[in-house]
Amino acid sequence: MKSSERENKETDKSEVIVEMKNIKKSFNNNHVLKNVNFTLKKGENLVILGKSGTGKSVLIKCIVKLIEIDSGELFVFDENLLDLNEKELNEIRGKIGFLFQSGALYDSMTVRENLEFPIQRKSKGVKEEELDKLVKEVLENVGLINTIDKMPAELSGGMRKRISLARTLILKPELILYDEPTTGLDPITSREISELILEIQNKYKTSSIIITHDIKCAQITANRIMVINNGEFIAEGTFDELQNSKDEIVSSFFK
Amino acid sequence: MKKDLNPIADQKAEKISPEVKNKENSFATSLKDVFIEVALISKFAGRYFKEVFKPPFEFKEFLKQSYLIGYKSLALVGITGFIMGLVLTIQSKPTMAEFGAEAWIPGMVGVSIIREIGPVITALICAGKIGSGIGAELGSMNVTEQIDSMEVSGANPFKYLVVTRIMATTLMIPVLVIFSDLISLYGSYVGVNLDGKVSFTLFFSKVFESLDFIDLLPAFIKSFFFGFIIGLIGCYKGYNSKKGTEGVGRAANSAVVIASLMVFIIDMIAVQITTLFT
Ligand SMILES: Nc1ncnc2c1ncn2[C@@H]1O[C@H](COP(=O)(O)OP(=O)(O)O)[C@@H](O)[C@H]1O
Ligand SMILES: [Mg+2]
Repeated sequence: MKSSERENKETDKSEVIVEMKNIKKSFNNNHVLKNVNFTLKKGENLVILGKSGTGKSVLIKCIVKLIEIDSGELFVFDENLLDLNEKELNEIRGKIGFLFQSGALYDSMTVRENLEFPIQRKSKGVKEEELDKLVKEVLENVGLINTIDKMPAELSGGMRKRISLARTLILKPELILYDEPTTGLDPITSREISELILEIQNKYKTSSIIITHDIKCAQITANRIMVINNGEFIAEGTFDELQNSKDEIVSSFFK
Repeated sequence: MKKDLNPIADQKAEKISPEVKNKENSFATSLKDVFIEVALISKFAGRYFKEVFKPPFEFKEFLKQSYLIGYKSLALVGITGFIMGLVLTIQSKPTMAEFGAEAWIPGMVGVSIIREIGPVITALICAGKIGSGIGAELGSMNVTEQIDSMEVSGANPFKYLVVTRIMATTLMIPVLVIFSDLISLYGSYVGVNLDGKVSFTLFFSKVFESLDFIDLLPAFIKSFFFGFIIGLIGCYKGYNSKKGTEGVGRAANSAVVIASLMVFIIDMIAVQITTLFT
């Protein structure tokens, strides 16, 4: 009885991937994050909706410590991010994939080199054939195997997003952070990317935070949606729950 | 904002007329900015020395950068070197002839090229070409989040981007300087030999007659410092550029300005040190 109870508790605890408590972040006098609280559970796709400039990018950059929080508590994979040394931080980062808003492909490298870059540095001495297999496998998963020897400049916006996604997938992340994955894409490509995100969740069993202001993307990918405005969350729920919200800001996203 | 940063200058300025106050205030703040910048660059250099000896080494990227920085600059450095030697010789010819000292031209031009003009002009050209190139490249990588992306994927962008580039400039610019010196001397030979009286061997034996070891070594050593500072400033400006497209332009621009200025400052210090030993 007792032991099963403990087990229950443990699984419960490990189910939380990211936890933010009273997070604050300002740049000089610009108070970007005022009081942010949320948890991300294992296997969940959490969509964060918010208009431009409300601090969505800042929020997820805090999770990988590209930006340091001013105050509050931030746990990622049960580790307090403030307590980690460089090596431990890199270990945590190794479990996280980050899809940047601009794609952030290395434009002096081919697609193949882009994909090889993180692997070669994470697992030193990985064999040529193994690397080649990994690169091809992950490119097939995003449906772009024929671009393998192209330069990023030769690719369209949607293709760049996919390659960028492939580059994060190649490290087999447990958590993926998507920064506006569909912004700047046409509706058809947006839909394809959104479906790809859903596919990745099912296939790789990842947990994700998806930042967007694209309601279609939210509808396709979200298990749960949180709405951020002026550095605070103002609403939370499933797509259907929020769709009927009376709140002016929340309902404005659904128009 | 700036006022808050500068309480002392403000107090002093209070008693003076508003116009003067403005001037003094902005002078004080910009002086302060210079010191802050120097401190930040020193810190950046400190990080470089900490990481440069720590494995793993990004050897492939270092070779690529050495190729881009060294080989790709040969033509530019060569052409300017040739013109420099030629012009210097032709310009000094009439004056030297007046004193009947034409025979001294090879020695005089040779010494000034190798001691001073070769290293400094090459370094300035490289500050323009390589410094701005590195500043713009790293600046645009910063703006498009490529540096953040490397950092997040567990790679060390400082090591991959900054250490390799500074190492490449430090090692390649002395090579370019030697190359430029040789071409300059050849240009000078062409200048002397316009009327076809001086043989190649005679010219060069005259040059090396008047050169001492003490001429070569300091010039060679300071070239390493030129190379280091050009790489350092280019990387610092690019790596820390402000976000936004205008940040890229500013990074490239200020990399050239500061690196060129630093070349002159290092040259001045080098002259002081060399005169101590001669
Ligand atoms: N590194 C930074 N330094 C200063 N201000 C920043 C920085 N990053 C973001 N900001 C500011 O934070 C605010 C929110 O930015 P961001 O998170 O990018 O918004 P979005 O929700 O559109 O992603 C903006 O006002 C921006 O100017
Ligand atoms: Mg953003």
